[in-house]
Amino acid sequence: MSSEPEVTWEIASSKPASFYSTYERKDELQHATHYCPGCGHGIIHKMLAQAIDELSIQDRTVLISPVGCSVFAYYYFDVGNVQAAHGRAPAVATAVKRSRPGSIVISYQGDGDLSAIGSAEILHAANRGEPITVIFVNNAIYSMTGGQMAPTTLLGQTSTTSPRGRSAAHEGYPLHVSELLATLEAPVYIERVGLGDNKQVAQAARAVRRALENQVRGLGFSLVEILSPCPTIWKMSPVESQRWVRDVMEKTFPLGVLRDHTQAAQSEAVPIPPPPLSMIPGIVGVADAGLPAEMTGDADVPALDLQVRVAGFGGQGVLLLGEVLAEAGLDAGLEVSWLPSYGPEMRSGTSNCHVRLSREPIDSPLVTHPDVLVAMNEPSLRKFCSTVHPGGWILYNGEASPEDCDCRGVHVLARPFTQIANNLGDARAANMVMLGALLEIAGNLPQSSVDSALGRLVRNPKWLALDETALVCGRRLMREARAEVSHAG
Amino acid sequence: MSRHLMKGNEAIVKSAILAGCRGFYGYPITPASEITEAAAALMPQVGGVFLQAESEVAAINMLYGAASAGVRAMTASSGPGISLMQEGISYMAGAELPCVIADITRGGPGLGNIASEQSDYHQVVKGGGHGNYRTLVLAPHSVQEMADLTVLAFELADRYRNPVVLLADGFMGQMMEPVEFPEVATEPRLPRWAVAGTDASRGNVITSMHLDTDKLEAHVRQLEAKYFITEQREARAEDWRTEDAEIVLVGYGIVARILKAVAAEARAAGLPVGVLRPITLYPFPTLHFQRLTARARAFLVVEMSNGQLVGDVRLALNGARPVEFFSRVGGNAPTHLEVLAEVQDLARRHLAGAPAEEELIVHV
Repeated sequence: MSSEPEVTWEIASSKPASFYSTYERKDELQHATHYCPGCGHGIIHKMLAQAIDELSIQDRTVLISPVGCSVFAYYYFDVGNVQAAHGRAPAVATAVKRSRPGSIVISYQGDGDLSAIGSAEILHAANRGEPITVIFVNNAIYSMTGGQMAPTTLLGQTSTTSPRGRSAAHEGYPLHVSELLATLEAPVYIERVGLGDNKQVAQAARAVRRALENQVRGLGFSLVEILSPCPTIWKMSPVESQRWVRDVMEKTFPLGVLRDHTQAAQSEAVPIPPPPLSMIPGIVGVADAGLPAEMTGDADVPALDLQVRVAGFGGQGVLLLGEVLAEAGLDAGLEVSWLPSYGPEMRSGTSNCHVRLSREPIDSPLVTHPDVLVAMNEPSLRKFCSTVHPGGWILYNGEASPEDCDCRGVHVLARPFTQIANNLGDARAANMVMLGALLEIAGNLPQSSVDSALGRLVRNPKWLALDETALVCGRRLMREARAEVSHAG
Repeated sequence: MSRHLMKGNEAIVKSAILAGCRGFYGYPITPASEITEAAAALMPQVGGVFLQAESEVAAINMLYGAASAGVRAMTASSGPGISLMQEGISYMAGAELPCVIADITRGGPGLGNIASEQSDYHQVVKGGGHGNYRTLVLAPHSVQEMADLTVLAFELADRYRNPVVLLADGFMGQMMEPVEFPEVATEPRLPRWAVAGTDASRGNVITSMHLDTDKLEAHVRQLEAKYFITEQREARAEDWRTEDAEIVLVGYGIVARILKAVAAEARAAGLPVGVLRPITLYPFPTLHFQRLTARARAFLVVEMSNGQLVGDVRLALNGARPVEFFSRVGGNAPTHLEVLAEVQDLARRHLAGAPAEEELIVHV
């Protein structure tokens, strides 16, 4: 037996378990933080770690450290740690939380980080009601970079970048971020607290714990703004700086609860479990809905090599005409490409697309010299008529092509297609009448392929019926025209 | 396997989801918006996250968060939006976070226009953000490749823990072609370094900060070593009829498609012309270029940008062969006829019988 008397002891107060016992990520002085004596961060870190302990969320917690004095928060907190770019912590926190809804995400930010460079990120995270906890440490100055003015710097307060003291006329008024955020509908809890004396510190600890508990309960966005002393930059003793928080800062930034909807807030809905992996191809629409890659044989693939340019006003169905043609070509086993003009003209007037169908792999999807030009209006005819391949076709939506249009060496079918479609039931089917005429030129493309393409692209049964009629009409017009030509010839 | 006719932009999203992407954070911009719209429609259906961010700055930082949490995530943008993302891309490269960024390039500088250019080459391939980092860059030239290279992008991003950019011109995003997709979806494993809000991942930290100068130097050297490995292993290019080519046309994206049409016509006219198409723009396929110098007499680089790719081609060839240059910008694509005229001119000057001549540098 030992001769030493047995000593019984208990720890009355210790470092929270959510702190590392030694700060191994730190290069030196691994038993102490890097914070200056009297700095608020040490106090706030401790109340945050205690709250994490009390809520038993250490394993689930992800702390986002910002740029500023608390950039090294990950030296101290024994939780998951992510260090973010200046001001962006709310954006980072948003995605961590949404990616891992079971995690407890804390965005820990200073006033330069949150209220200046990160003002957009905090505003929108709050407005979306991200169910995260924001600890906003306001010491009215940029401390880490040596004392420059922050949006929160008080009127008259000097800094290295407001050496004559902040004036409302030149630098504007101190920004009240918590009040601003409290005008939004989504935030659940916003409170401003201070570290001006022990009573305030105790209230701050309660607020931090509440803001964290709100997240554990899945209630929504919570933010605690903490007025925090910075003796070093303020050039005060720790005691003086605490007094300055209480006697001066508080006048500009009054303490209190600015938003408390925790009673009315509903817990976040439990996320729906994702579908099994086997269902994913079906959900994204690529399971079996498409066309077989391997056709039964080359003999079934029509001999066709067609380059088409379709052009007209926006709203005439130019792109759909091209798409039906391409889809039909694909259905028939051909290689196809469809390339739209998507420039500003898409919004202001004209629209055009390039379509190629070929038995061979398609090199360039750009159609410089079309075999067929479908010109749904006069400007399109004028723009592209001279590009048509000799011996090719122009399908023109008009009584006759203008005399000054050079259409030599090409066939022209000019018909009032809009009027024809109108007679069929709707002027907007002009594109399908013209497609019908085009299909007569591309005679090898099976009607069954056209039908199935149309069925896939036109879902409305009324329109489908009209479009089918229009196609038939267009085919007839082209046959008649050809018969006239051969008769006359 | 079945073939589906769709836009390149749509193919990217479907392919990404099949590759296990479960996070999309984006901001609309023409001509990339269909990507964001397709993600908005599909992500919630597959248990993924879609969020429209308040800016590209926020979007890339959301990607930083999602990647930190170990989720395969992506965004899409164009010119000005990519410029805004450069801060976050640098942070992600520094913190060694994987992500995929689709850049569907439009016209610049400034607001430029919304037509197709390739003028994001420098800001993407050379890294537009601060610090010693690279992004891996893949350049699809068909809608099929928009799908296939998206899968590769996620694999490379995870393998090298680095942002990967899919650099495609506006035409690639907007055009429709048939695409085949894999029949099975993949589920990536949670990376061991992720911060996932769990007991097992509690000890992990994601940061790009190395305050000590020696530590940052070591970190940068380690990144360098990683990039060096990608240069050895991941460089890709397509040789198209280069086996006997004396004139080699060089271009990526839609330009490569036009160049194939040009080469076909040139060959029909008896000129031995081929196309070398870089598929990876970083790592640049230097060896592919050097191999061709045995037979090739001259290279013609064609871009929809004002001399960006051509610089890398010159570095790869290091003066071994003349490198000439032709470009269209502003949203205009070169027509195969104007490139063909360049080729014919090149042939007169460089092929057998042509008088020896100094390299001609056209407004570069």
